[in-house]
Amino acid sequence: MQISTRLHTISFACAWALAGGAAFGQAGQTVKIAFIDPLSGPFANVGQNQLKSWQFIAEEMNKKNPAGVKFEFVSFDNKGSPQESLTVLKAAMDQGIRYVTQGNGSGAAAAISDAVTKHNERNPGKEVLYLNYAAVDPELTNARCSYWHFRLDADTSMKMEALTSFMKDQPEVKKVYLINQNYAHGQQVSKYFKETIARKRPDVQIVGDDLHPIGQVKDFAPFVAKIKASGADSVVTGNWGQDLTLLVKAANDAGLTANLYTYYAGVSGTPTALAAGVGGKVRVVAYSHNSVPGVVQQLQTDFKKRFNDDWYTGATYNGLMMLSEGMAKAKSTDPVKVAAAMGGLKFKGFQGDVEMRKSDHQLQQGLYISEWRKADAKNPYSVENTGWNFQEVKAIPAYVASTPTSCQMKAP
Amino acid sequence: MDLSFFLISLLNGLSVGLLLFMLASGLTLIFSMMGVLNFAHASFYMVGAYVAYSITQVIGFWWALLLAPPIVGALGALFERYALRRVHKFGHVPELLITFGLSYIILEVVQLIWGRQAVNFQPPELLRGPLFTIVDLPDALRFAWGEKPAVCAATAGAVCTTFPAFRAFGMGVAVLMLLAVWLLLTKTRIGLVIQAALTHPEAVESLGHNVPRVFMGVFGGGTALAALAGVIGGALRVTEPSMALAVGAVVFAVIVIGGMGSLAGAFVASVGLGVIESFAVGSDHSIADGLAALGLAMTPETFGFAVWSVKLSQVAAILPYLLLVLILIFRPKGLFGTREG
Repeated sequence: MQISTRLHTISFACAWALAGGAAFGQAGQTVKIAFIDPLSGPFANVGQNQLKSWQFIAEEMNKKNPAGVKFEFVSFDNKGSPQESLTVLKAAMDQGIRYVTQGNGSGAAAAISDAVTKHNERNPGKEVLYLNYAAVDPELTNARCSYWHFRLDADTSMKMEALTSFMKDQPEVKKVYLINQNYAHGQQVSKYFKETIARKRPDVQIVGDDLHPIGQVKDFAPFVAKIKASGADSVVTGNWGQDLTLLVKAANDAGLTANLYTYYAGVSGTPTALAAGVGGKVRVVAYSHNSVPGVVQQLQTDFKKRFNDDWYTGATYNGLMMLSEGMAKAKSTDPVKVAAAMGGLKFKGFQGDVEMRKSDHQLQQGLYISEWRKADAKNPYSVENTGWNFQEVKAIPAYVASTPTSCQMKAP
Repeated sequence: MDLSFFLISLLNGLSVGLLLFMLASGLTLIFSMMGVLNFAHASFYMVGAYVAYSITQVIGFWWALLLAPPIVGALGALFERYALRRVHKFGHVPELLITFGLSYIILEVVQLIWGRQAVNFQPPELLRGPLFTIVDLPDALRFAWGEKPAVCAATAGAVCTTFPAFRAFGMGVAVLMLLAVWLLLTKTRIGLVIQAALTHPEAVESLGHNVPRVFMGVFGGGTALAALAGVIGGALRVTEPSMALAVGAVVFAVIVIGGMGSLAGAFVASVGLGVIESFAVGSDHSIADGLAALGLAMTPETFGFAVWSVKLSQVAAILPYLLLVLILIFRPKGLFGTREG
């Protein structure tokens, strides 16, 4: 009973807010965003950090943003599963929430994207818009693209363009070992790496290509023994959260000296494991690092002060900035108008000018290769209070990282 | 396969197997004693890890290793005394169900107390480094204590693999535990009473022994062993709410394969499974490779190629269950079991 009364109040408040919006424009309205990600289970630490990151950026933006709206996050735990994501997505829609964000897991992302698209077809006037801030399966902006899906992270095809354009100039890279999680994302990392490296450095040998179950492996020692036996000089992995933390631990335990090329070494838990010791160099391909000039410096310092944690999800900033710019341009918070305004939108992200490409809703942005090094005067930030951080070794401009799309976007 | 890879895979497999044995021994003991398949056994393993984590925060790891098993054992004994004993008279199904329910309650309670995230439970400082290094030089294989020797960096083509001290420590604890339990059961008066109570409870009772108390002691002892495994497993792997689920199923596979109620069977099965899994992960062979060796070439056009080309490393995780099914079909009492089905 209590729940249904609360639901009524919320939907009433939303209806009132929308009616008000029609009369007075978007300024002053509250925009509720459903945050759907793992808040329990093996990847809970990542989800918890990113929820805090979104809420933190929302507070910052609520002081001042182009549309003059207030952002508010409502959190839902999807336990990392696509099925659970759909259940909580339904709950969010029932509460009248019109904006959804999710990032951890391309399987869940595909499920949400499909569900949102179907929902919007069937419920005109109740459309929901989906901000994908971290799921990087290229399919989501290619074969399975949706008008209602906007990706803020760079997809795997872009990250691999960037990573291989760095690795091709590293003469010591001769034998590469791939180890990835066995689901959409991990399979794509393996596939795109093999394709791009064959194009840029055909002499590089792939000495191993392992897919392991996601979040299930608690002991990576057998995998590390295999990597050592293969004689690999470099390991490429798209693993994240616990799957990377435990891999790093096992690598250190066995004394692995190969260099690690990763997507997510900066994500919760892994830096602490890296600080305990790691044989080779650890490099990251991502849209950010700890010494990106501009707003990043202030934001990561403030976040550290508030939560004693790291703000590494720059997409939270770009996401709310894009929404706000879109709402200002549309003069409305209605997802239909905002979606139209955001297609092709150019705005100032945390790293400079970025563009939400109209043809597939993939954010076009520069990428960085950074390396795990001891903090110094130029790069003072301390990740997870380790005294180390990720420092730039190469910046890859947006036009190099950009990849074509096969998306046949269907606008309503 | 080169020798150093073989050795390290064997060691990894043994360490996983021995950890599994610590867990399986308590479960199989309780089963042989009381005929109760304790579904909450892996949950006690988790509680052991969390209690040890909390003790470590206050007074250090060594105290945790000493105190966590008796604390969790006492909890187990209390559960037996006030819950399990009451439903005992209704037969085995209610007993099964009550332990099943307990596993869910423990999971929620653990999440309430320690949160849904993994906690940072580390081995003690003393045991964090490597115990020894396997030095695989192009012409020879050698061992060196402690960190990698200088020869590793100096020689081209040298592969040096370190073996973590805490892993070795966990193996040592498991072996000691096996010895202690075996001596207790076969060489002491308590062991005699326990064994007698197992087969002839009425006779033992009429001799003046308190059989329900013996049951309580065995249940408490079994859960204490699970907690000991938890202290080692939690620090070696990850201490998180899903850790019980991660080992729960495998442990059942172990005691079924080994033979319900057989300590020796549990030992052989857990060590066997650990080693098999470790080598399976390291193997990239598939059925297609095997057939190719026999002269039957497979191409992507062959019918069912997706199945034939699955690598052994990809199915490593399901091998225990495959064995479980095969054992149930061909030898229902298990490798060392004495009773049918």
